[in-house]
Amino acid sequence: MELEPVIGLEVHCQLATRSKLFCRCVADFGGTPNSRICPVCTAQPGALPVLNEQALALALNAGLALHCTIRDQIKFDRKNYYYPDLPKGYQISQFDEPLCEWGELEFELEKGGTKVAKIRRIHMEEDAGKALHPDGANVSLVDLNRAGVPLVEIVGMPDLCSPAEASAYLQTLRRTLRFAGVSECDMEKGSLRCDANISVRPKGQEKLGTKVEVKNINSFKNVERALMFEIARQSEMVARGEPIVQETRSFRDTEGSTIAMRKKEDAHDYRYFPDPDLPLFDVGRNRIEQARAALPEGFVAKRRRYQASWGLTDYDTRVLTEEPATALFFESVVAAGLSPKSAANWIQGEVLAFLGETKGSTKSDISELKITATELHALVQMEERGELSHQAAKKVLRRMLETGVDAQNSAVALDLLQIRDSGALAATIDEVISTETKVVADYRGGKETALNALLGRAMRATKGKGDPNLIRELLLQKLGKPGS
Amino acid sequence: MLPPELSRSATALAAAIRSGHVRARDAADHFLARIARHDGAVHAFLHLDPVQVRADADAIDARIARGDRTGALLGVPVAIKDNLCTRGLPTTCASQILVGYTPPYDAHVIERIKAAGGVILGKTNLDEFAMGASTENSSFGASRNPHDLKRVPGGSSGGSAAAVAAGFAPLALGSDTGGSVRQPAALCGIVGHRPTYGAVSRYGLIAFASSLDQVGPMALNVEDCTLLMDVIAGHDERDSTSRAGAFDGVGARRDGALTGLRIGVPAEYHSDGVDAEVRAAVQRVEQLAVAAGARLVPLALPLTEYAIPTYYLVVTSEASSNLARFDGVRYGPRDEAGDLAGMYGATRRRFGDEVKRRIMLGTYALSSGYYDAYYKKALQVRQRIGEEFAKAFEQCDLVLGPTTPTPAFPLGEKSDDPVQMYLCDVFTAPAPLAGLPALSIPCGRSKSGLPIGVQLQGPSGADARLLAVARALERALALDLSPLESPRGA
Ligand SMILES: [Zn+2]
Repeated sequence: MELEPVIGLEVHCQLATRSKLFCRCVADFGGTPNSRICPVCTAQPGALPVLNEQALALALNAGLALHCTIRDQIKFDRKNYYYPDLPKGYQISQFDEPLCEWGELEFELEKGGTKVAKIRRIHMEEDAGKALHPDGANVSLVDLNRAGVPLVEIVGMPDLCSPAEASAYLQTLRRTLRFAGVSECDMEKGSLRCDANISVRPKGQEKLGTKVEVKNINSFKNVERALMFEIARQSEMVARGEPIVQETRSFRDTEGSTIAMRKKEDAHDYRYFPDPDLPLFDVGRNRIEQARAALPEGFVAKRRRYQASWGLTDYDTRVLTEEPATALFFESVVAAGLSPKSAANWIQGEVLAFLGETKGSTKSDISELKITATELHALVQMEERGELSHQAAKKVLRRMLETGVDAQNSAVALDLLQIRDSGALAATIDEVISTETKVVADYRGGKETALNALLGRAMRATKGKGDPNLIRELLLQKLGKPGS
Repeated sequence: MLPPELSRSATALAAAIRSGHVRARDAADHFLARIARHDGAVHAFLHLDPVQVRADADAIDARIARGDRTGALLGVPVAIKDNLCTRGLPTTCASQILVGYTPPYDAHVIERIKAAGGVILGKTNLDEFAMGASTENSSFGASRNPHDLKRVPGGSSGGSAAAVAAGFAPLALGSDTGGSVRQPAALCGIVGHRPTYGAVSRYGLIAFASSLDQVGPMALNVEDCTLLMDVIAGHDERDSTSRAGAFDGVGARRDGALTGLRIGVPAEYHSDGVDAEVRAAVQRVEQLAVAAGARLVPLALPLTEYAIPTYYLVVTSEASSNLARFDGVRYGPRDEAGDLAGMYGATRRRFGDEVKRRIMLGTYALSSGYYDAYYKKALQVRQRIGEEFAKAFEQCDLVLGPTTPTPAFPLGEKSDDPVQMYLCDVFTAPAPLAGLPALSIPCGRSKSGLPIGVQLQGPSGADARLLAVARALERALALDLSPLESPRGA
């Protein structure tokens, strides 16, 4: 019996707001434990939540970027359970009326072509704090900096058929959300977390198998590892005729395996009910339509535009739309006046390479660049005016990227400005002619290519700064035509 | 000691302090002396720091000496129910689970009182987490009714009511979820106002049932109650359920409120379940109102009998969630017991029986499989009760009736029978379910000298009008509203 896996992902993203969902504490990653807290997010008696409308705006963008239906009135519910990192004893979430429903995400398949996976719902909720269990100590510690940080949970339909598809879906989802400005989606910093629901069933069967939820998948690579392990585990159970138990399992990075956390019977009764501290909030059709109009351009639209309007290759457009900051920088360099093709070459060839080397990874963060679009344009203009050779321009750019000093000053500091003064070059040329007697004789004897050798000597004598066109012109003036 | 005209009027006291006739310090000393002398018998206060009170009063006097005479409550001491957060002052909800807790912030109403020049006098007793109608559920012992020390002051704001009636404080704050301001006000012979839901910010009020809790002013007379309401009412962006729009303090003080007034009189409020003396006292108010130009409109409010079960489903459900935060992790006492679940259990065993009962009832009502039959059904009935009131207010301007079925009952009489205790709220629970304003004013006494209260309920937002009508009725009733010289019936 051939089995096929059925996979759906539940993704939590931290919304890129300055402050928390229901108070004004800073929502950044890290910080000294319990330094970003207040009466509201530590659940002091009597403290009350007030919705951060910026979080709503970003959740709205997530829904729009994923083509969801948006509710124009939202309700928050309390999800009740006890845990030390949950200050109020309940999490404010959305239960039966999520902000967004029924969206979709199109992603590319390894074998070519694309697939559309349905999004079931997107709802807003607050994060819990962090419980730490120091090794060897008989205590637990609680850090509430993260408590109350705004999240969206994006629940996908079980439309994915392989670990590779799940991975592609997740990568595409991440890029979509990053381009929409919704979230940093940084798995290392916990601003993107992924749980997977997975079951297996005989190929061709309509009915779904018993699903298992896998939690604590902490990297993109591990999404595929965890799913592959689960498919193998479940398939072996089916082969042995054992029933699959509905349960929640935890992924273990070191073993690449999953272990049982809790069975379905142990599931909490969360006793959801509408939070009486938060009345129904009017999102309003207006707000939704304004957000739709102002939604940042997605990477798919950018790729299409770069190719259609600017004639870039498919490869170029992919590199430039890998990260929103790269696309933004590219577009601002074009806006500064550089041609799209040239901007694309410079950014791909030099800028991204620099970032790749200095950061020791391919994950370039172009937003940390020390140069502006205008400065890159100024550099290219110097080359176009003949003030820098192409090779020199690359060296100058490297220095600009390292130091943040502008093109002109970097070129001066590196002593790479081309010598375009014929008086200054004449002496060098005279000296080359007087020392390279044999080459000069060859030239005069009719060997045309000997001129290139002389040009090379002169360039070397100027340490590469001489303008090669000017030198050639001066040599011709002095020596005349070959064979003459 | 303050002269009688100042000890029976916060408004007059504030004016005397403002004009320099009396120092804020003298006022503080007056009330502190009365507390020192009589609170051993009454037990209105849980926390009192006389040194701090005198220092705060001195600071007001220093302000006045500098020529700063602003603030409606200038130098007037205000007693605070101990479920309102006060920075630097213990706040316990009369519960063992908050023993030793000192909030890091002031409730919105405390900020307002301080900004108006009021002096925070101390924290008053209540039923634990405001769950009760007698203060007998306080884990620090019950308060006594100053009119008869063998009887309860009502609850849950019993400490605040007793403090005002006994002349310990000219003003007090209570909170009202199902009658916790009005019922003790009625039983102690003072004025208690439950504002329209959202008229006063709940920020810093320790939640019992969030969709019904409201902070309310308590005073000897309507004028003083209006004075305090004017200070605490108004929008607060830290409470998402806070209403826009200001309290109409001028309207609340306008004369002539009874002329042409249509007073709704529901048949359900005159049942045999109401004590005969209470019925007679309320009928007298009706007659006085008619004599002053008002008209009585007979009403039917048949859903009144469903208010109590509906109320107890809603409040227990919300309370089961609101009280989850008292887990021993972040503040308050912690009782270690080996592991996490053990610690939760040991710590939460500190809750009193009534609190535990309500947490369990509410947990049950919200459980999967029971939610629709209980919590959801209660919300539907709640909606209907609101609609019934809305229809009533098409025919009348306000609804008048008894605040409580009986005057103050003896300590211990109902404390072993929760259902009897719940029935104390029969006339006070409907207004909170509908979010409506309501107040209680004294309207007479029983033969044995126990105070009787009459309740006015109005449409949403009609707080000022209710207070204006209450003031006119108070004048027509012409009762002696002075605080007691000393507690009775020791
Ligand atoms: Zn906070």
